[in-house]
This record gives sequence, C-alpha cells and structure tokens, in this order.
Amino acid sequence: MSAPSRRQSVRWRRKALRATLHALLIVSGFTFLVPLIWVLVTSFKRGAEVFIVPVQWIPARPQWQNYLEVFRLLPFAVFIRNTLVITVLGTMGSVVSALFVGFSLSRLRWPGRELVFVMLLATLMLPDIVLLVPTFVIFKTLGWLNTFYPLIIPSWFGGAFYIFLMRQFMMGIPYEMDEAGRIDGASSLRILWQLLAPMSAPAIATVAIFSFLAHYNDFMGPLIYLSSNEKFTVSLGLYWLSGRWGTLWNLVMAASTITLLPLVVLFFAAQRYFVRGIQFTGLTGR
Amino acid sequence: MVVLSPLPALRRRLPSGVRLREWLDGWLFASPFILGVLAFWVAPMLYSLFLTTQDWDMLHAPDFIGSGNFRKMLEDPLVRTSLWNTAFYTFLSVPLNLMVAFSLAVALNQRLSGRSVYRTVFYLPSITPAVASAVVWLMVFNPEFGMLNSILGLFGVAPVKWLFDTRIAKPAFIFMQLWSVGPQMIIMLAALQNVPQEALEAAQIDGAGSWARFRNVTIPMVSPALLFNLIIGIIGSLQVFTASFIMTRGGPQNATLFVVLYIYENGFSKLQMGYAATLSWLLFAIIMLFTLIQLKASRRWVYYEV
Repeated sequence: MSAPSRRQSVRWRRKALRATLHALLIVSGFTFLVPLIWVLVTSFKRGAEVFIVPVQWIPARPQWQNYLEVFRLLPFAVFIRNTLVITVLGTMGSVVSALFVGFSLSRLRWPGRELVFVMLLATLMLPDIVLLVPTFVIFKTLGWLNTFYPLIIPSWFGGAFYIFLMRQFMMGIPYEMDEAGRIDGASSLRILWQLLAPMSAPAIATVAIFSFLAHYNDFMGPLIYLSSNEKFTVSLGLYWLSGRWGTLWNLVMAASTITLLPLVVLFFAAQRYFVRGIQFTGLTGR
Repeated sequence: MVVLSPLPALRRRLPSGVRLREWLDGWLFASPFILGVLAFWVAPMLYSLFLTTQDWDMLHAPDFIGSGNFRKMLEDPLVRTSLWNTAFYTFLSVPLNLMVAFSLAVALNQRLSGRSVYRTVFYLPSITPAVASAVVWLMVFNPEFGMLNSILGLFGVAPVKWLFDTRIAKPAFIFMQLWSVGPQMIIMLAALQNVPQEALEAAQIDGAGSWARFRNVTIPMVSPALLFNLIIGIIGSLQVFTASFIMTRGGPQNATLFVVLYIYENGFSKLQMGYAATLSWLLFAIIMLFTLIQLKASRRWVYYEV
C-alpha cells in the first residue's frame, strides 16, 4: 500500500485548520450572542423563573404580557415617540448639512477650503468632553433646557464624520457631471440637488443610518437636557425602569428588547451600509 | 485699451463672474459647518477656559476665584483615583480590543464559508445602545443568578462578586467592552483585504513561511489601520462614561470612578461648574498628549505605502 501523497496530506491539513477555525469562530460567536439571547429569553419569563438555577433557556410558558406590562409601568409609547422625533429631525439635519458642506468641500473651489477641511479633521480628533459643561450653559442661557432643541439643532450644523463621509464619496464622482451642468447654466444648488445628491444615494443612506444610530443611542444628551418625564427618550426610559424596578428583570429585559428591536431590524435591512460606511472612512461612526 | 495690471496678485484675488460665484457658493454651502464649529466648538472651549476661573453653582452668580479650581484639583484625591481608574481601563482594554478585533479579522479573512454570518454576529452587539448594554451586562454580572456565575458554577467555581468587588469591577468593565469590537474588526478586515497579493506572493517565492509573511508583509501593510484604531480607541476609552454611570455609579468604593463620570458628578450633581470645567481641560490635555505621543512613536512602526 502506498503512503498518502503529499498533496493529500496538505489537503487534510488545510481541512483540519479550517475546521478548527470554524470551531473557534462558532464558540466566540456564541459568547457574543449569548447575552442577547439571554435578554430575549428572560423577557418572556415569569418573575420567579428568572432566578432559577441552573439556567432555563426556554421559558415554560412565554409571558407575552411582560411587554404590555412595560408599557403600563412607564409611558414607553411616549418615550418611543420622543425618540423618533429627535432621531428623525436630527438625522434629516445630518444628511442635509453633510450634503451641502460635503459638496462645498469636494466640488467647489474657494479660498480657505483646505483650512475648513483641516478644521473638520480636527473636530473628529478632539475630545469633546471639554464641551460638556459650557455647551450645557449655552443652552441654558438660550432657554433650551428640557426641550428637544439641544438634541436636534446641532445636527443641522453638520457632523464632522458625516461631512467627511460625504466629501470622500463625492470625490469619487467624475467631475464631468458638474461641468455638464455648469455648461447648461445650472447653479451650484441645482447641481447639488439634481445631479450630485441622486448619485450620492449610497452615501446618503450611510449617513442617515449612522446618524439614526447616534441619535437613538444617545444617553448623555437626554440625561442632561431632559428633565420632565414626558420628554424622556427610550434610553432614559430604560434607565428609569432599571433604576426603579430593577429587580423585575423580566420586565427590564422586555424593555431592552423593545429598545433593541428597531436597531436589529435596521441592521438586517441595511447591513451593507453599516459595513461600507466603516470601511469607506475608516471610522467607526460617532 | 490695453489693461496692464500693476498688481496681478490683487487682480487674482478678486475674481468676478462665475469664479466669484463659485467662491460665494463655496462659503455659503460650508457655512453651516463653519458656524457650527464657531458656535459649538470654539465658543464653548473659550467659555470653558473662562469657567475654570469661576466658582459657580448655577443658582447664584459666578464668583471669580482665579486658580482656585486648579489648586483644588491638585489636592483632590479623587482626581488621582479617577485618573488611575481611567488609565487602568484604557491601557488594558484598548490593546486587548485591538488584538481581539485583529484576530477575528484575520480569521474572517480566510476563505471560509459563512463569513457574512460571522461578521453579523460579531458586529451586532456593537450597535446596542449603551443603556441597553449596561442593563444587560448588569444581569450577566449579577452575583446571585447572573449568567457568568451560573456558567462558572458548572465548573465548580465559587460565585464571583464582579461589579461589587473592588478588585474585579474594572476587569469586568474591560471584559464587557470586548463586546463592541465589531467596528474595529471591520476596519481591520478591510485593511487585511487590501494587502496586495503580489507582495505576499513575492515573499512566498523568496521562501518566507506563513508566519514570516504575516509578520513582515501583512502587519506592516495594515499598520496604518492599527495605528488609527489605537488612537481612536484610546481617545474613546479615556472618555468612558455611560456604563459606569448606569452600572456602578463609580463604585464599589470609587473603583470604577472614571474621569468623565467624576466630571459629571461635579458639574451636575454637586453643581460645581467651574471645577467640572477645570477637570475636563485636564482630561483634554491628557488625551491630546497621548495622541501626540502615539503619532510620534508611530514613525517607528507604521509603514506607509507612498
């Protein structure tokens, strides 16, 4: 009997390596997902069931009413509405300002343009902790405490990450488009809205997604600017729930699931844009 | 009539017609951002500098105390505690995160089936809101019935107090932070996929084994991405807040009192705006210092393809 050929042993080694890799990835992947699975499972348990050791992975009788209970304990519907208002208006601001400023930085030539670009990069790198206290005081002076304004208005003045993303993307669009528009006598505004913007749809989608994420997940902003309960966002609502009724883990987990659901849906619907946005700019989004 | 401009430079500086319109459009379209930087960066930073000289609780008029806040900061033991806590957390979690992100990226860079599924799995936790994450991990770390202790119990290990143990609270935070390596992993994966095949093949022809190829071709090629993740990671970690606010409020016994949390407490709990502003400038200076150090050191180990 002949010994196995060299090619066969190499193939075996490669298969074994790949199998090991899969095993490692599955185990790591599992540890990543387990907390989320736990959240879902716990949200359907009865109060006493949560504490049973060893852990029960499938609740005996799924308690859908936990979810209703969350809405009964706290005005979660109002929190959701508030969050949507802030998120949608804020995201609109991010997108519009990114379009204008990104266009200006990439397609128009004007003195000081490179300086503004450096400013853009600087605001990306500078720690914004130093802005916390003075910005609060500025908004207090404006009388904007306990309103949604501090959470929405700044987005309309441009977010560095979004402008950067839009600029980089637009720089990849051939300049002949603008030139054709100029020859036809179009103003910069028309070139932006009727030519560049439609062509930048992927970048717009990416900005919208990251901005949505940033506004939705924001905790410190609502924490320091919103004081009346009926203005709270979902983040604050969850914090309130876990603070006041923290021992009712099944309800807290139900509320967490409610909080996470829109994000999971968004992610699965728009996965490409998440990944592309990160790869394109090399930034993880802010 | 021949127009001989005696000042060609001036003529170039003031164009007319289409060119001028492009200039004006440029400024106009960029104005939201320029105004935004003035209103939300420059003005607050200047005002914050001014605030450091004030003693102000927002209920009464501010009181000028010159360098009083700075002296207080130098004598405040909690400043040292919070700096130590933040440094411990940052300089352990950032390299750890980077290694995990890189390893996962290397693994996903192999020709495996189901890569996008793995990618989803590792990325998904990073989009959870910090609040939800904090609440979830509070449950995982719970000493009585939390998931971690039940799993340890299966191996016969005694339950750990996790967030209630002064020695384990910070490592617990570091462990928890690993959950959000998703974005970093994606950046490293993109960098790995950009390593030119020719370079790897050339090395292979020259007889380099896979580890040598990895060390001498792959790593230098992705070093800019590594540096970037390192810098952004450190800047972010030095400003950790939400998890410590929700989960431990700085406890147990100030073991998780991070700098930003301490700033928040001083500004919004104790209503000492001047002192809080001073502390935030301290953190700002520290972050800038570390960023500069990293950039200088990077010349030694980062390889840029010109």
